[in-house]
Amino acid sequence: MKEGVARFWRQIPERYNFMANKCESCDRVYFPPRESCPYCRRKSIGKMKKTKLSGKGEVVTYTIVHIGPEGFEEQTPYPIAIIKLDEGPYITAQIVDCPFDQIKIGMKVESTFRKIQQDGHTGAIYYGYKFKQRK
Amino acid sequence: MEELGIVSYGSHIPRYRIKAEVIAAVWGKDGAAISRGLGIFEKSVPSIDQDTATISVEALRAALKRCTTLNPTEIGAIYVGSESHPYAVKPTGTIVGEAIGATPDLMVADYEFACKAGTAAIQTCIGFVKAGMIKYGVAIGADTSQAAPGDALEYSASAGGAAFIIGKNNVIATINHTLSYTTDTPDFWRRAEMKYPSHGGRFTGQPAYFKHITNCATKLMEKAGSKPQDYTYAIFHQPNGKFPVNVAKKLGFTIDQVKQGLMVPYIGNTYSGASMIGLASVLDVAKPGDRIFMTSYGSGAGSDGFDITVTDTITKLARENAPTIAQLVADKEYVDYGQYTKMTNLLFWE
Repeated sequence: MKEGVARFWRQIPERYNFMANKCESCDRVYFPPRESCPYCRRKSIGKMKKTKLSGKGEVVTYTIVHIGPEGFEEQTPYPIAIIKLDEGPYITAQIVDCPFDQIKIGMKVESTFRKIQQDGHTGAIYYGYKFKQRK
Repeated sequence: MEELGIVSYGSHIPRYRIKAEVIAAVWGKDGAAISRGLGIFEKSVPSIDQDTATISVEALRAALKRCTTLNPTEIGAIYVGSESHPYAVKPTGTIVGEAIGATPDLMVADYEFACKAGTAAIQTCIGFVKAGMIKYGVAIGADTSQAAPGDALEYSASAGGAAFIIGKNNVIATINHTLSYTTDTPDFWRRAEMKYPSHGGRFTGQPAYFKHITNCATKLMEKAGSKPQDYTYAIFHQPNGKFPVNVAKKLGFTIDQVKQGLMVPYIGNTYSGASMIGLASVLDVAKPGDRIFMTSYGSGAGSDGFDITVTDTITKLARENAPTIAQLVADKEYVDYGQYTKMTNLLFWE
């Protein structure tokens, strides 16, 4: 699979460190970051401030993937969840290091640094966040 | 004496385990006899999405959690020692530096010296900090070590790592002395582009592991003017459960000095991480005034020795902010040999 090295490289701040931004006009947090706030529109221009999220949140809902997309076949079956981050944004991410029967809606989770995918055996390796149960 | 040493530390051990008896059953061997012979009951297995870079990042993030006053931008150098860097060409250290927010004003290099690349990184950081070129340096030893199916190494080669922040401020353990003993001894190697290492069997013992550790340890005690009884804890490289205990006895250390830093029976040989995880386990319980003796070993071959004294500042470090080695060892899930082959890429999926 060829996701594109340049595209991934541009996303490193988000994927490694949860770099988001916050509209200083209405305090809404955006992840991934946005150029402007869709609520405050031109009032937000110049007021979108970079902020680092904690990487903590809770499971809103989840499912188990048995037939993975290209690049994820080796990992099946794996859980994927919608997670509400403590700062507000919702994201989709894999859950790791947790037996499937222990994953619950509302479970507190925290991020962990993992390999996400790679361009075959010769291409670049892409790293980023997955989530594990918060203990 | 100038206070220079460990400011914080952290570790990561993947939570999957495979028992030696499960591997032995695949090859028609007596698992109980192998466990007794090697002193290894089970070993850690990296999950399919873990490698040396991810283990290094998790270990260093644990170290930073414990030292809440340290800003990652104050870190001037990161050296990652491993024999399983994810790329042959492209540093692991840049991934680690970016993931903790220490880039771009940062020196980075990847080290390779079999199982002692991580302790060599500690020595490099000591040099830079002592010279005043950097405020803090990070030394990491981490591996997802490889073993050919059916090879004796398959019972021991495991995954894990530890990170140490070296500096002069808020030092929890002073590094009083360090030295190395190095010769050209081909006891274990992996040729370029080969997937699995080769080794000299019994040759890895007396002329390699024992000779280098014994000489390094003896010279270190001469330099420090110390004797084994002066130390609270002793850590030796641990390719199996027998070698470190035997070399400790030979040097005059007791099992009581060694056991806190001896993790190999429960997690296997984490290669570059092995002696450093042992040191992390000791720091988990160490008290002010405790003196620690550590000697690593890397095939090829060399040993790095360290004489360390725990300071009063260890009581101020938020050790509880990250899991102890005992907690990481206890948090586990067993896999069978089929799952193990998938996780360690023995099937070489194309």
